[in-house]
Formats: sequence, C-alpha cells, structure tokens
Amino acid sequence: MASYNTNEFRGGLKLMLDGDPCVIIENEFVKPGKGQAFNRVKLRNLKTGRVLEKTFKSGESVEAADVLERDLAYLYNDGEFWYFMDNETFEQYQADANAMGEATKWIKEQDICTVTLWNGQPIAVEVPNFVVLEITETDPGLKGDTSGGGGKPATLETGAVVRVPLFVQTGEKIKVDTRSGEYVSRAKDD
Amino acid sequence: MGRRRGRDWRPGASREALVRRARMLARIRAFFAEQGVLEVETPLLGTAFGTDPAIEPLECRFAGPGFPDGLQMYLQSSPEFFMKRLLAAGSGPIYQVSKSFRNGEAGRRHNPEFSLLEWYRPGFELPELIGEVADLVRAVVADPPSRTRHAAYAELFAEILDVDPLAADAQTLQECAVSNHLLGAETLELDRDGWLDLLMSTFIEPHLGQGELTFVTDYPASQASLARLNRQDPRTAARFELYWKGIELANGFEELADAEEQSERFEQENCRRFSAGQRPMPVDDALLSALESGLPPCSGVALGLDRLLMCDLGRDDIDAVLSFSLARL
Repeated sequence: MASYNTNEFRGGLKLMLDGDPCVIIENEFVKPGKGQAFNRVKLRNLKTGRVLEKTFKSGESVEAADVLERDLAYLYNDGEFWYFMDNETFEQYQADANAMGEATKWIKEQDICTVTLWNGQPIAVEVPNFVVLEITETDPGLKGDTSGGGGKPATLETGAVVRVPLFVQTGEKIKVDTRSGEYVSRAKDD
Repeated sequence: MGRRRGRDWRPGASREALVRRARMLARIRAFFAEQGVLEVETPLLGTAFGTDPAIEPLECRFAGPGFPDGLQMYLQSSPEFFMKRLLAAGSGPIYQVSKSFRNGEAGRRHNPEFSLLEWYRPGFELPELIGEVADLVRAVVADPPSRTRHAAYAELFAEILDVDPLAADAQTLQECAVSNHLLGAETLELDRDGWLDLLMSTFIEPHLGQGELTFVTDYPASQASLARLNRQDPRTAARFELYWKGIELANGFEELADAEEQSERFEQENCRRFSAGQRPMPVDDALLSALESGLPPCSGVALGLDRLLMCDLGRDDIDAVLSFSLARL
C-alpha cells in the first residue's frame, strides 16, 4: 500500500483518514525549540466536503488515497445513477446521488464535468463554473422592463430554480454561475 | 549543470526588513557594549553535537591536511558548548550573534539555517537574566510591548487546560488533548513530554505574549535540557522561555555546571535516541573537561533573531524576514 511521510505533505496531496479519502489544504510544521515536532494539517474530506484539522507526529507515514480527477462527459440518469464517460477511453462510470451532490441541479447531457474517482468510483462531481440552460417556466413579467431590477424565479430544464430579470422569458437560454447559483446573462443562440 | 528554472530569484525580505535587521544588529551590539558584555565568535562547524533527541544535525565532511580519511563535522545547532568552554577559561560575560543549523526543520516559523543571539552572564540567577532579556528586546525592536508577565509552566497548564503537567501521566495528558477536541489525539502515540509539547504548542502558546512579553518559567524536570534543577522544587528546572505574539523567541537556563550530571544526561539522551531509532551523537568530551575544570555559576539564553524580527514587523512567515529562505536557495 502506498503511503506518504509527513515530509512529503503539501497542498493537494491525497490521504486516507479514518477510511475516507481526504486532500491536504494546508500543512504547518510545528516544533518547540526543545521538543517534539508535529505537522498540523488542514484537510478536506473528499466524500463529505467537510474540512477538518489533524495533528501528526513528524516522521509518521500515512496511507495514500488512490484518488484521481478526470474530465468526463455526462451521459444520462436512470433514476438511480448518473452515468459518465471518458471521451478518450470510452470507459463508463456511474455516480450515486451522494457523489453528485449539487451537480444534479446544473448538468445536462454531454456536459464535461470534473469527476473525482476513488478506487475507480466517482465520489464527487464538479460541474463547469458556467452552464447554459433553457428556461422551462417563468412568469411572463412586464413587457418593456429592461432594467433587470427586482427579478423573478425561473425554472430551468434541469429543474433548478434561479432568479432572473423580468425581461427574460420562457424558452430562452440563460448563462448561470453554478458556484453561486446566480443568473449571469442571456445566452446567444448558436 | 542545468539551471533550475521557475524559482523566484528575488529575496523574501523587503528592503524595509533588511534595514530593520541591520538596525536590530547594531542596537544589540550597542546594548551589550554598554553592559560590558564581550562579543565573541566560535566555530559553526564542530566535531561533536548535542544529544537532545529533538535536535538533528546537518552534517558535512572535511578532507585535507591531517585527515586523510576525512573528518565528520556537524554544523552547530547553537554555539552553547563552545561558549561554555570560553566561560570555563575565564572569558567573563560574553555574547554572540551567529548562524545556527537544524536538520528537518522548515515551515512558517522554521528555516534550517537561522540567526541566534546567545549570551552568558556569570553570577546571574534566572530572574536577573530574564530582566535583561526584557530590556534587550525593548532596546532593539521598534514597537515593543510595555507589559511583562511571568508565569510558571504548571500555572499556565492549570489555568488554560486544568491539568497538572508535573504530575499527570501520558494517558491523562492524552485524555486532556482528546477532551479539548484535538483531532488526531486519539491515535497519536507520544510519551509524556511529547504530549506536553503538543498541548503547549496547540492550546497554550497562542495565548502567550499577546500585548506583553511573557516569560514562562519552571519547566518540568524532564524538559530541563542543560538547565539546573530548581533547589526549592526539583520537579522543575531553572529554565525559561520568552513568548511574544504567540511565538517562542528565547530559551534560557541557569546552567548546569556539574560535569558528572552533564555526562549522565548525555548518556540518557543518547539512549533515548537509540531506542527511538535515531543515531547517537558523539559526546563533547572537551565540554565535559571544561565543566570539570570549573564553569562559573552563570545563566545563559538563546534568542531567535529571525523570529524577533517577524514579531517586530508583524509578519507570520519567516521567509519575509530572511534574504533567502530554504525555498529560495
């Protein structure tokens, strides 16, 4: 089993902690002048997204996590799993709702997502920062209002609801920032 | 040889940091000139090294006249042993500004090569030396705190963690760490002193030296290092540390002058090194001989100048006060 010595610790390194894969966010070397050296490490649990801090004795070894990030194309959802494909190897992967998290709100077929694989299984799915989605339902709103002030809710083709300006109508495509869940602009039709 | 590309060639220290360092050094020399303490230089390279299991040497090898097979040498982790030999030879009060070296230490507060101010005061007991350390700090930095606090090691543990560091065993200290939500404490395997170090650096240090200079005194005897044990309470040692802004700046002792006890501590520490899988260090026989011939009763202290400059400039990374830290070599 691969392992890392504390001297190899750096941001981005992936470790196993209590059975879960984690990534190092910050690594601090702590040592009293005349005493034991420690590494105080801030990590993110890649399954739950939770950030935790853990102290290691310097010189200790910790099991490495077999974690990869891949850009995969989203294919479809069968009600239970979301299926992705590597466009180069044509290898397919299935992600459960846990791994999908918020991603289900934003993706549609053929979108390329960054999928975190642990032992070959998707554990986290990151959607592009910006996606273009069609509005399936929104109040007609007032004609001629182009100020954008106020806004109204709009349901998108994925089921997500975002606030849009009053002048945007059902059937239009809009650009959304997936990190904040906010409307950015109307999308030009290609 | 190919060039290593992509590294920043520029120094970590700003021009202001360079100026402040130069001014600090000038003020240190002025301070000691006024006190009648003599500046000395001792070798950075020695053939012996301290046995403290927490300090690992950077090593190198001399080859040349007299040493056809080469000579194993150690970059000194402090000028202590050489300075004690000067004291035993009758130097009187001495100070030194020098580079010191420690293997394995690099981080926001550590660089493998760092600047140390070390001085010795024959005839001083600890309270006098502590007073002089406070005076020196106030004389050399731009913006020193005016308050000083003295707190015994055990008093701080009682106040902040409600545990007695002189009596508690390793298991009690581990339970203390766990109940204070120190993640990872359940699975760490440490000895008593290891737990004390962890509790100190995690829960106590951040409170020390906030708006004041804090002198922590009366360290547990197991952490005496080269200090004499306290006569009133031999569970503690005549050792202190200075903290400012949560950073450990200086370590001082009322010096152990007994050659026999010193020799025993070297042996014990080398045994601990051996059982921890570390190489035993060559014992400094010349230091033991000097102690036998007689070290005047004295107190001594080592103060990290890079860290003092960090505190003075309000920087939290040692890279910002060094011309070229490890990452920039």
